[in-house]
Amino acid sequence: MAESPAITAPRDGVLGTVSDVLYRRPTLLLLLLLTPPLLWLGIIYLGSLFALLAQSFFSIDEFSGVIQYRLTLKTYGELLAPANLDIIVRTTLMAGSVTVAAAIVAFPIAYYAARYARGKWKALFYLGVMLPLWSSYLVKVYAWKLILAKEGILNWVFENLHLTWLLDAYLSIPVIGGNSLSVSYSGTFLVFLYVWLPFMVLPMQAALERVPVSYLEASADLGASPLQTFSKVLFPLAMPGVIAGSIFTFSLTLGDYIIPQIVGSSRLFIGQAVYSHQGTAGNIPLAAAFAVVPVIIMGFYLWMAKRQGAFDAL
Amino acid sequence: MKALWRTGLTALLASTVFVHGSMAEKLMTLGSGEGQVNIVAWPGYIERGETDPAFDWVSKFEEKTGCKVQVKTANTSDEMVALMNEGGFDLVTASGDASLRLIAGKRVQEVNTDLVPSWNTVDDRLKDAPWHTVDGKHYGVPYMWGPNVLMYNTEVFKEAPTSWNVVFEEMELPDGKSNVGRVQAYDGPIHVADAANYLMKHQPDLGITSPYELNADQYKAALDLLREQRKLVSRYWHDAFIQMDDFTNEGVVASGSWPFQVNILQSKGAPVASTIPEEGATGWADTTMMHVDAENPNCAYMWMEHTLSSNLMSDLSVWFGANPGVPAACTDGRGMQTAAGCTKNGMDDFEKIKFWTTPVSKCASQDNACVPYYRWVSDYIGVIGGR
Repeated sequence: MAESPAITAPRDGVLGTVSDVLYRRPTLLLLLLLTPPLLWLGIIYLGSLFALLAQSFFSIDEFSGVIQYRLTLKTYGELLAPANLDIIVRTTLMAGSVTVAAAIVAFPIAYYAARYARGKWKALFYLGVMLPLWSSYLVKVYAWKLILAKEGILNWVFENLHLTWLLDAYLSIPVIGGNSLSVSYSGTFLVFLYVWLPFMVLPMQAALERVPVSYLEASADLGASPLQTFSKVLFPLAMPGVIAGSIFTFSLTLGDYIIPQIVGSSRLFIGQAVYSHQGTAGNIPLAAAFAVVPVIIMGFYLWMAKRQGAFDAL
Repeated sequence: MKALWRTGLTALLASTVFVHGSMAEKLMTLGSGEGQVNIVAWPGYIERGETDPAFDWVSKFEEKTGCKVQVKTANTSDEMVALMNEGGFDLVTASGDASLRLIAGKRVQEVNTDLVPSWNTVDDRLKDAPWHTVDGKHYGVPYMWGPNVLMYNTEVFKEAPTSWNVVFEEMELPDGKSNVGRVQAYDGPIHVADAANYLMKHQPDLGITSPYELNADQYKAALDLLREQRKLVSRYWHDAFIQMDDFTNEGVVASGSWPFQVNILQSKGAPVASTIPEEGATGWADTTMMHVDAENPNCAYMWMEHTLSSNLMSDLSVWFGANPGVPAACTDGRGMQTAAGCTKNGMDDFEKIKFWTTPVSKCASQDNACVPYYRWVSDYIGVIGGR
């Protein structure tokens, strides 16, 4: 048996030397690996966010419409004007209801996929959930506009089932109704729900897969009714998935400005308000202040979620 | 330290706003082309046959002059102003609101009309238009213009509506049904001007002389009218193609619109037509303007001449549903447009149109006490939101 030396000779070549140096100094390796993403996060991501934040502390001159570069809270005061407050409340309510509805719709789908779907059915499930994400977002929204239109497919179905009275009765309800589904909040809600649903189903399915079947069996053995098993065992254990999904659906709805422009009653959402204020109006401070609102709402949302212990299981 | 940071930040942000102006004298003689010309234009304004081979008004110019045309499209007037402030472009197709801002900001130079041989063919009504002529100096060559017409469904309106009241006041339409939910309005604050234009005729005691110059009382009256309109309108239109869809699938029968939508819907056989009612209408007019530091002035002048003398305006008029700045482009067969086509686009209605300008607080007609545009934006959002 040949003896090998305890300390091998340095390797040849530049790559070898580099490899040796990196091996001996782990901090250097860490620094090299972390610097690019940190620069990206720090300069491009947070930098633009802070530039935005700074803009929101300026104000626009009432008389000439010129932006004044003096620090003030006046622009944030403008957010509290009734018309602007409406926009914030409207967007938050929509995001909240879309999230709740998405959780309700997604749960059975995710549960089936996690518990019962096997083999090709599982593949089919993934395909079914992911497929809508492969086509353009705009195509989907325009398709929905046609489905919901007054002379669209859905109305045609209702008419042939002689149920037009039902639809009319629904549309005559104030706030959620309107002249047709495609110009009502209900229409906007349906499209949001459709577009963001995959973002709720997938994390939920992942969480449900991690719940051991034995827990559910134990719960049943100890005499719990199915409803009790659901509320005391299954749902709390699936909560991290629900929270993760709700962060997606809530924040995506909060920031979207295309769907409410194509389907809905033309009443603005936060994203649209930002878009119109920074455009021809040149009121960048107000646009920036509006853009800060979802950041604050999401911060609050995450804080609440943390307090509820949603991240403990992560 | 905090104060230092604050001043530093303020200075940094402020410095992006100031533009370092240099006043160039207008060009007196033309040399040979520089080999290229860079143009900021609205989408669809400069076509080289790539979207549709029949619509090409660039290739021949490039062959003839050797100036390669490079286009940067901009979607809003603000983008245009920003790009011109940034520099590196020779020409811009600026609308009425951007053009005066560019002149005031000294971003564009005076055009020597002697170097544009076809200048005398320009529509007399546009030659000295106030959106490109300041103190008798021309800062550009008229390009295209168009009215905001009233589009209506011919099955509901057997005869063209004579007033904009069909979209402003609740009423029974000729087919016996109410107009609630069946009319639309433009989803942009400039629509306040349409309301003001309507009030000019119907409430003369308000004393409105220009729909773009409104004092506090006149402005309030216009907003009140728009609040009434909100009850009639289910969805405001923003995108031309969504409006076309709403006319075909959503039961919309009347709305302010552009000839562009009317032409496309008619070509698909939809029962629509357009009119300019008795109150007149608002409209837009664009001008080809030249950057103060244009690096390719000779090619730029050649392009300006090309816009006036070639098939450009005639074909663009068909493509975009707009009117050429040179009336002969409608009739002399240099392109696809015909006299009938121009009439359809509103060529004969020039006098009825109040061309789009940005509302500013310093206005001549109301003692410099007008409501500026940014207020129009925030208040129109409120109106649409039901406030």
